Amino acid sequence: MSTTRPIQFYFRNKLWQVNDAPVTRTVLQFLREAVRATGSKEGCGEGDCGACTVVLGELHGEALRLYAVNACIQFLPALDGKALFTVEDVALAPGVLHPVQQAMVDCGASQCGFCTPGFVMSLWALYESGPAGQPSREQVAEAISGNLCRCTGYRPLFDAAAAAYDLPPVHFERGPVIAALRQLAALPSLNYTAQGTAACVPRTLDELSEALRERPAARLVAGCTDVGLWVTKQLRDIGDTIHLHAVRELQHINRHADVLEIGAAVSLQAAFAAIVPIWPPWQDMARRFASRPVKNAGTLGGNVANGSPIGDAMPALIAMGTRLRLRLGDTERDIALEDFYLAYQRTALGVGEFVRALLIPLPKRGELLRTYKLAKRFEQDISAVCAAFYLQIDDQGLIGTARVAFGGMAATPKRALQCEGALRGRRWDKTAVEAAMLALQADFQPLSDVRASAAYRQTAAGNLLLRFWSETAADAPADDVPRSLGEMRPIAFGEKQP
Amino acid sequence: MSMLSADAVVGTAVAHESAHLHVTGAAHYTDDLPQLAGTLHAAPGLAARAHARVLSLDLDAVRAFPGVRAVITAADIPGVNDCGPVLQDDPVLAGQIVQFHGQPLFAVAADSHDIARRAARLARVEYEDLPAILTAQQALQAESWVLPPIEVTRGDARAALQTAPHRLGGEAVLGGQEHFYLEGQIAYALPGEDQSMQVCCSTQHPTEMQHAVAQVLGWHGHQVNVVCRRMGGGFGGKESQSAQWACLAAVLAYKTGQPVKLRLDRDDDMALTGKRHDFHIRYEAGYDGQGLLLGLILQLTSRCGFSADLSGPVNDRAVFHADNTYYLDQVAIRSLRGKTHTVSNTAFRGFGGPQGMFAIETVLDDIARALGFDPLLVRQRNFYGEIGSTARNVTHYGMPVEDNIIAPLVEELVRSSDYTARRAAIRDFNAHSPLLKRGLALTPVKFGISFTATFYNQAGALLHVYADGTVLVNHGGTEMGQGLYTKVRQIVADELGVPLAAVRCAATDTSKVPNTSATAASSGTDLNGRAAQLAAAAIRERLANYAAELAGVSAGQVSFAAGQVVAGRMNWTFAALCALAYRARIQLWASGFYKTPKIHYDPKTMRGRPFFYFAYGAAVSEVAIDTLTGEYKVLRVDILHDVGRSINPAIDIGQIEGGFIQGMGWLTTEELYWRADGRLMTHAPSTYKIPTGADCPQVFNVKLYDNPNAEDTVHRSKAVGEPPLMLAFSVFFALRDAVAATGTGVPKLDAPATPEAVLRAMQGLGSP
Repeated sequence: MSTTRPIQFYFRNKLWQVNDAPVTRTVLQFLREAVRATGSKEGCGEGDCGACTVVLGELHGEALRLYAVNACIQFLPALDGKALFTVEDVALAPGVLHPVQQAMVDCGASQCGFCTPGFVMSLWALYESGPAGQPSREQVAEAISGNLCRCTGYRPLFDAAAAAYDLPPVHFERGPVIAALRQLAALPSLNYTAQGTAACVPRTLDELSEALRERPAARLVAGCTDVGLWVTKQLRDIGDTIHLHAVRELQHINRHADVLEIGAAVSLQAAFAAIVPIWPPWQDMARRFASRPVKNAGTLGGNVANGSPIGDAMPALIAMGTRLRLRLGDTERDIALEDFYLAYQRTALGVGEFVRALLIPLPKRGELLRTYKLAKRFEQDISAVCAAFYLQIDDQGLIGTARVAFGGMAATPKRALQCEGALRGRRWDKTAVEAAMLALQADFQPLSDVRASAAYRQTAAGNLLLRFWSETAADAPADDVPRSLGEMRPIAFGEKQP
Repeated sequence: MSMLSADAVVGTAVAHESAHLHVTGAAHYTDDLPQLAGTLHAAPGLAARAHARVLSLDLDAVRAFPGVRAVITAADIPGVNDCGPVLQDDPVLAGQIVQFHGQPLFAVAADSHDIARRAARLARVEYEDLPAILTAQQALQAESWVLPPIEVTRGDARAALQTAPHRLGGEAVLGGQEHFYLEGQIAYALPGEDQSMQVCCSTQHPTEMQHAVAQVLGWHGHQVNVVCRRMGGGFGGKESQSAQWACLAAVLAYKTGQPVKLRLDRDDDMALTGKRHDFHIRYEAGYDGQGLLLGLILQLTSRCGFSADLSGPVNDRAVFHADNTYYLDQVAIRSLRGKTHTVSNTAFRGFGGPQGMFAIETVLDDIARALGFDPLLVRQRNFYGEIGSTARNVTHYGMPVEDNIIAPLVEELVRSSDYTARRAAIRDFNAHSPLLKRGLALTPVKFGISFTATFYNQAGALLHVYADGTVLVNHGGTEMGQGLYTKVRQIVADELGVPLAAVRCAATDTSKVPNTSATAASSGTDLNGRAAQLAAAAIRERLANYAAELAGVSAGQVSFAAGQVVAGRMNWTFAALCALAYRARIQLWASGFYKTPKIHYDPKTMRGRPFFYFAYGAAVSEVAIDTLTGEYKVLRVDILHDVGRSINPAIDIGQIEGGFIQGMGWLTTEELYWRADGRLMTHAPSTYKIPTGADCPQVFNVKLYDNPNAEDTVHRSKAVGEPPLMLAFSVFFALRDAVAATGTGVPKLDAPATPEAVLRAMQGLGSP
């Protein structure tokens, strides 16, 4: 880690070196200001609108993985060792559009056009590394969940996403990119300094420990989806940074006998892909959590470690009894996630200590789990209330363990202990749920803010318990009644509903 | 899916003229223009109080920040410190008094955007707080008006209420809306020689920018030119409110002698620029047993913010549209324009019309629910009389409704959407579904087309035909994505009989076409399209005369089509004829000028014919709500909309769908939230939630209603920019319908209908 070198990445068919940019120069600033490649736009500067969407490429074994991220909140050191693609790179030749672009023209999918480059990149990433063949509407919706359009109302964008597959297929030439990325992989890990400030991108746990020993006050950055905003919005000087995304030992997902271990640098996208098949109740949460580019860049470890009271993963992780593996130098310790949060945006991490992995217990017989998100908007919104319910029901039908955790109800993600107490030892029926709803009122004194009033939070939190019961209890309403909005389709009439 | 044809003219679904540039990132927005060496970047310095006296403003740290090249305050403005579009009450920089949280006190020019933003936060300001009025209700209580109240009446509403068999009173709260154009406000000022300035600006109103910049510099119109090739969205937000940023960039450029670009950061843009006016509505209605309105007293109070801006005409339009498609017989409408210590609210797609229409839709929905009728029946019973009938066909402001097609349009939509069968099926569903309820609503739209300020209804074009037969069009309209340039190109190509590729639109430029009106009020194509058509017709006539002379036929026998000109037995390509005409010294450029006929209106009495014609439409929406949380989902939408004879069906459908989804956002997820101290907390997309792709209904049937404009507009088309926004009322009233299914009584649902608002409305009902 001692050798310094420029930031190096693959861009426009060659290797680029950057050696004078501040460590928090964003990829978008680099594109628009240094290269004057103005196709990528700044719409918000906080990773919420997607006008700046670019695609990054990295090696996964022999394969090239392409994924969309928000250039406006990615710092340049995060590009090191990767390939960068922008809207200017997509056309097949001057005047010859990529099917995704051609379909957008044909379907009238651009009006003012300012968001368009971002949509092109999200759809290009889907085309190049998504499922083979025409994607479903839901797959398209997920792919463009990080792109706002204010003009079209989205219908022509869905049409275009599908129509691209009706045009003759094209294949992106991966060979030169893979060769360049291999060349970059042979470089020593990045230890970059500009204007007296350092950015380290260690690749091993040892390098990370060494970097932390050298700079114990350095800011750890994983996906940059929160820290990015400290710079672009709060204009904070965050000093030295250590990027975690390249540390090999933090990228593992291991299924052990009783826990699923998810390394702290595993992207949200990859983490959810591992969790959902094991714990299907995570599916809706995984879908509604942030947006695709944020899930591509952000990590579950970062979501947990930055200690936001409104992070959407924590209630479910707490309810499931997740533990964190923390590491300081060569020493590791495990801590229950719920004990990790001390106060508003304060955690149990010591100086130089970091989250190494999450340990999520695997399912056991008799368990019930649900997690719910309440927000104004379905996609990419911060929860007003986020709830998770976990019950262990024994052979007699009585509730053994009950863990109920909420986000948005207190200064940290927190368990509802009185509510849990009201459930324990009872049969999982309507009277139990009513008792628990009553008890829940005493667990929290939520605030009113931009997302919801205290009264709504209090009422809705209790009602979510009712929803949990309606979806899981034996005495709940009959199966032929739809129980969630997700199941709702337009009314059919004149014949039996399919 | 409609595949757009590659090359055709009027009436076909031609692709947006910039689509190929949009998708490759090659379309230049103001921030993408090649930058001149020495360009500085500007940022405003903001006040942190809603209403206060500035006791001291210490800018030493701002000036000392490395990279800062200039700092200006109100005292540095060489001309008049004002950029108001109507009244002179909009300071470019606040002086002694701060009137809203975030109001700019100074501006910085620096070597980079980042440096300017950082430096702008270093000011030390001492304030003496003054009492602040923040909401429409507070303004109402304090009788704090930005403009005097107005009242429009017909007959004796009070007396009609007294004799009506049924009476109902109510209130409604209707939130504002942030434009959230994807491209934020931006201006790039380039100082020229001999006291001149060019400003490249993302604006819907270049001429107003020109005059605002001239005014702040103490100059005249001919010293400033303003250019705009395209905007990344406008929606009304760049009509008057692009002026402040153009002015600040220009003053800094004037002071430094260097080019200055001012691009607002998104959070600043949302805090510092006005929004759709939020309204507080109060009504008393008298009606008969069938729900026919007999008398109506309506009070519309809006939050205008600290200055007049466009609040006068916005609130006027709310009054004009309080009838929507309904005949209001005995009526009194009072419009109160609240002055508050908040950002000055401004134009937004619909321009007050939506708020007025929302009021009457609320009244009729309430009446229907009080009587136990399907609201659609009550709506239909109150429609204006049909074309040809002499009864019930004059608006409350004295304009005959001569082109009314709402009844047949709604009948067709009822049929095509299976409204009646679905209504019954939903009733049945709701009876058996305890947790989830469905709602259905059909709402109609009638929207008046023309600027209510009659003088704005004029437009110019300047059309060049080059000797090689290619055509360059300049006109006064601006392109914000709505497809104006595309339609103008189609109109000109059609007029000259040349392929589309032969016609280009140049950037809108006040040095080419002067004295333009804002591209607003849905009027872009009606005005500029017609002006361009007239310019093209003038050239065509000259060419026809010349060709006739060559061929020895009459000019009437010369035809222009498919790039060919045929005169008797002779024919040329258009290009060849142009080359000949040039050598024959025939003028191949022309101007066109158009002013809308028939309109007149007396602003004092609010009577006359402010609108050339009306555009109509209707929508049916079906929703489902979750009774536990108030969450909801829009399941199906059917729209039938009148665009006259469409110049470009793809673009028109794009406007309809986009307007609908934008209106749906306004009424559902888009909630503006101010802190008690007057600071806007929803100042970024992380907290202010416009619709995303997942909010687009999966079943979304949009059709054009076949109806050539009864008035002589360009190709008998109709304006389409604003009217579709109000189709989204169907979503709001479908939510209300679903809420109503959970209990008894008339639901009180505030807009925006967030999940919280929906849950609250359910809690307000009696037990079923």
